[in-house]
Amino acid sequence: MSSQLLSNEAISSLQAQFPGAVSMIGEGSQQALLIDADGLLAIMGVLKNDAAYQFNMLSNLTAVDYLDYFELVYHLYSLPLGHTVTIKTRCQAETPRVSSVMGIWPSADFQEREVYDLLGVNFTGHLDLRRILMPDDFMEYPLRKGYKLPAPGERRS
Amino acid sequence: MVKTQTYTLNMGPQHPSTHGVLQVVLELDGERVVKAVPHMGYLHRGIEKLAESRTYTQFIPYTDRLDYVSSMGNNLGYCQTVEKLMGISVPERAEYLRVIMTELNRIASHLLFMSSLAIDLGATTGMMYGFRDREYVLDLFNMVCGARLTYNYIRIGGVIEDIPPEFLPATEKFLADFPAMLTEYHNLLTGNEILYHRLKNTAVIDAKQAFEIGLTGPCLRASGIDYDIRKIEPYGVYDRFDFNVPLGQNGDNWDRYMVRMDEMVESAKIITQAIAQLPDGPVMAKVPKILKPPAGDVYHRIENPRGELGYYIVSDGTTKPYRTHVRRPSFINLQALGEVCKGILIADVVAVLATLDPLMGEVDC
Repeated sequence: MSSQLLSNEAISSLQAQFPGAVSMIGEGSQQALLIDADGLLAIMGVLKNDAAYQFNMLSNLTAVDYLDYFELVYHLYSLPLGHTVTIKTRCQAETPRVSSVMGIWPSADFQEREVYDLLGVNFTGHLDLRRILMPDDFMEYPLRKGYKLPAPGERRS
Repeated sequence: MVKTQTYTLNMGPQHPSTHGVLQVVLELDGERVVKAVPHMGYLHRGIEKLAESRTYTQFIPYTDRLDYVSSMGNNLGYCQTVEKLMGISVPERAEYLRVIMTELNRIASHLLFMSSLAIDLGATTGMMYGFRDREYVLDLFNMVCGARLTYNYIRIGGVIEDIPPEFLPATEKFLADFPAMLTEYHNLLTGNEILYHRLKNTAVIDAKQAFEIGLTGPCLRASGIDYDIRKIEPYGVYDRFDFNVPLGQNGDNWDRYMVRMDEMVESAKIITQAIAQLPDGPVMAKVPKILKPPAGDVYHRIENPRGELGYYIVSDGTTKPYRTHVRRPSFINLQALGEVCKGILIADVVAVLATLDPLMGEVDC
């Protein structure tokens, strides 16, 4: 059985449950649900626990720096129902802060730490938010668009 | 007055059984582990950042250096992601060649797993056998692309070159010899009482816990969860092959070992079928020299030997990707280490590391 995108009826019922907080963007394989950052935890909780969705796997979590804002991207998969969905949420660029989904999917731990480490997005409610790949005393966030790679031969302490 | 206290032991980053440069800080109470905290980043090369200043084609060799013992899978995942973004369809022959290469690579990767597990537990001879036979697979890859580890063979739109005439007979010979090799491993390792007692019922991860940690690949299947991307989301031509997904029951070290041993048999089955069905024809689609995918984003995942390998690419319509993210299975599987190590003996930490099989090139992207 091949996995399916989340059906339109399921999306509509989610939109009815959270009026104004869920909008659909993109088409085909690029279809995603854009969620209001304030309602993230409530909606994610429903997506995981409601019998109609049962997204029990957080397949991938990452973020993209769009200069004006950061976009968090979550790829969810439901093993019992065999469907997938892409969730996006945005936070402003100055002091990026999003609720951690670690309480819903504990597997978000390392991935949120990675996003924090490389893009500098803070996750409220994460239990152990430390740098994961870069050294602890590193001051910048290398995956931000504003970060300039050192020139050949140039060293950074 | 007698007083006991825990002490800290640093394992790695220079330690032969961490399979690269992983550092684990162990808090110990006598011989029991109280807490294990992995520290990674020693091999961090910033591949995701480098991708932003490379064209789509230029990035393929970087994927070789992620999980460097199964580079074919990395190539495949990346190329399929770009193909999905651009809507390129790949010639039939190339699809089959891709399957043959990735499954051969799965066998090579699992042989390396078996070898490193053996030597981590002190079975030096067991390691020799695995490495000896892995060499046959690497020779096959050498024939098709001239490289033993970093292949850069699968390209956007197909594969770079057709196989040479001597490849198929050599692969068939390897497949014919493979059952005897497996019997040898089973006699030497699986039937070994010491190995059995070291692995059986140690470091158990039950299904619920495996799910929460986010395990994928053989580690998840060892806990009895039927989750294989080749089955649930067949990519390429995987829906045309008849194969089973080996599952474990207890989720202990032993199951993680056996699942991989059984997967090699299934991979050999897939390769045999792919060779039988291999059509003639071109191996490369007509792909423009300069790739400019339409603006948008795409996520695609495949089943790599270590689990679910996913690529997330954001294109802004130019020749270089705006953002590339790699979901590396080893990185996320490593979350299990801290959980599993609680309360086990220090000698078993090595066994847990071996059966979780993290590969630092991939963890540290």
